[in-house]
Amino acid sequence: MTAVESEPAETPEQPLSAPLDIGFDYTRSVGPVLGRFMTALAQRRILGVRGSDGRVHVPPVEYDPGTAEPLEELVDVEAEGTVVSWSWVADPLPGQPVQRPFAWALIRLDGADTALLHALDTGGDPASARTGQRVRVRWADEPVGHIRDIAYFVPAADPPADAAPTAPAPPAAKTDADDGVIDTVITPVHLNYTHSASLEESRYLRALADGRLLGQRCPGCHKVYIPPRGACPTCGVPTTDEVELPDTGIVTTFCIVNVPFLGQRITPPYVGAYILLDGADIPFLHLVLGCEASEVRMGMRVRAAWRPREEWSTTLENIAHFEPTGEADAPYASYAHHL
Amino acid sequence: MTKQRAAVLGTGQTHHRSKRTDVSMPGLLREAVDRAMVDADVTWSDIDAVVVGKAPDLFEGVMMPELFLADALGANGKPLLRVHTAGSVGGSTALVAASLVQSGVHRRVLTVAFEKQSESNAMWALSIRVPFTMPVGAGAGGYFAPHVRSYLRRSGAPEHVGAIVAAKDRRNGALNPHAHLRQSEITVESVQASQMLWDPIRYDETCPSSDGACAMVIGDERAGDDAPAPAWIHATAMRTEPTTFAGRDQVNPQAGRDAATELWRQAGITDPLSQVDAAEIYVPFSWFEPMWLENLGFAADGEGWKLTEAGETALGGTLPVNPSGGVLSSNPIGASGMLRFSEAAKQVMGRAGDYQVDGARTAVGHAYGGGSQYFSMWLVGAGKPA
Repeated sequence: MTAVESEPAETPEQPLSAPLDIGFDYTRSVGPVLGRFMTALAQRRILGVRGSDGRVHVPPVEYDPGTAEPLEELVDVEAEGTVVSWSWVADPLPGQPVQRPFAWALIRLDGADTALLHALDTGGDPASARTGQRVRVRWADEPVGHIRDIAYFVPAADPPADAAPTAPAPPAAKTDADDGVIDTVITPVHLNYTHSASLEESRYLRALADGRLLGQRCPGCHKVYIPPRGACPTCGVPTTDEVELPDTGIVTTFCIVNVPFLGQRITPPYVGAYILLDGADIPFLHLVLGCEASEVRMGMRVRAAWRPREEWSTTLENIAHFEPTGEADAPYASYAHHL
Repeated sequence: MTKQRAAVLGTGQTHHRSKRTDVSMPGLLREAVDRAMVDADVTWSDIDAVVVGKAPDLFEGVMMPELFLADALGANGKPLLRVHTAGSVGGSTALVAASLVQSGVHRRVLTVAFEKQSESNAMWALSIRVPFTMPVGAGAGGYFAPHVRSYLRRSGAPEHVGAIVAAKDRRNGALNPHAHLRQSEITVESVQASQMLWDPIRYDETCPSSDGACAMVIGDERAGDDAPAPAWIHATAMRTEPTTFAGRDQVNPQAGRDAATELWRQAGITDPLSQVDAAEIYVPFSWFEPMWLENLGFAADGEGWKLTEAGETALGGTLPVNPSGGVLSSNPIGASGMLRFSEAAKQVMGRAGDYQVDGARTAVGHAYGGGSQYFSMWLVGAGKPA
């Protein structure tokens, strides 16, 4: 991920922002009721569950909405039903089941008492979707045990002439080898944020792009914060006095990360250390290199190792790491109150 | 304003495992809820409100899971609240449920907390790299390890004390049929021989990643009087502080000290070490036992490790800590705090089975979360509060 300025350099008081994209393929264990529903979908059948009041719920629910008792009686319902209500999607998002204008529709299948939410394809024509309309399932070419084995619904009387473009198929469900019932479905989730820095942090980041370390001093307690926050978390007052700090300081405390993990950006082992810059009153986390991990000490004097100037941008990563200066360690008493 | 008396009527929990793929998320919760309701001898019509807790939504990728859990929790037509205070949430959820009874609003409240860690990857979820920062984050272990190092430096504790905690808690876990890790053969030496993950924290000094849930039914004084062996709630406390500020004490946070002071004041306890019979303390990494012993006031600053080293926190000691095996034996994150609270209750109810502390009349349940910024705790007793 690279820090990208959202505004041209001529407007320096605009806050900086950058994309923050995260995603994970969650493994959803579906339990006995939805497991049988998913398994039936892979066989192009739709199951509902009979509630304690006799109503048939589709999709099936594991516990009765009225009595909270576990439900077990699964029954087949038809692949055709009636639109209860609908909402038009003029601009489908990536990943939505139909990739041309379509309706999200609540559909009560024949044999069911509750409505299923799914996509209704009318060939892109909103005038062809209506409440009370009879619709039927268009099955996916290759069912995998997922709600999208129902690719979408189409009007029963006058379906579109062509097949709708669809999103890529979902990952295949996992099946317990013993009984053949699906127990886990995979649900990829992706979140795409625009992360914005505060104005104060943006000034600090722009200073970093010039190779300077900019903090702020609280007018009340006189503590120096880097990165600056715009307000003192202890006194609750605005902080406006800017302080330029040197690129030297000490390690207050640290750990040696030996464990690899998903999404890790630095190859272990590495030393993650709290660096307290000279003149600052709060440490920040950074990397210590330039000596064996086993030689890093609390109180060790360090200096920033900057990347080549042409690589600088608005990020603390302009400092590749901190490394020992070779000076005598700071006495414990000088930083004990920073632990 | 005086609080109404309240008591734990019953507790229930799942068998905690690394993967509970045999159940859905609602099914996992129901396993704990059904057991708590049987233990409390109540039916759905007895329950006035439901309070559910879990850790960050990124852990399972379900936003607002309380909505789709309402059927399973029998919450339709009743008040349903969700509580969220990171890893301490199991504790704060129990306290919110208790407050609904103590305030006189409800007679019986069902409370449940859970995590299904197998659906995601907590290490990933806790290491999301925010733009403009250095990507040095390494999960909860990476966050807490530097502060453990600070504790070692500050207290001068010998290195083997962490291993003593881990071996004790895992052996205790072997006595608990619900525990995820049940390691009766573990030794201080084998812990010390395990891999260093986040130096100074070793593999065997680290909590597992568990699927599990915990539930309790909390009732008012009349319900407590009718129960055969209730755990009366004598004191409750919650405190919070920011994750970072200049001069913050990360080893012995002020919020934890303040919460403990309030807890002892409410309960009229002047010497916690001699007046409390058992403690279930949130110890996800071994060294947090001595750290929290000091933070809670069971030991003077820098001296918590001496209680551990002397065996006083083992079963049979002055203050057995985590007789159930604790977070080091089972860690369904959102439920871990409620497990501490309910295990404390089980001790004074006399229902702790093979890890029962003989004659336990007073016990503490404790949870913390975030970057040691949320603290919640309660003190429960076999006798009714004065």
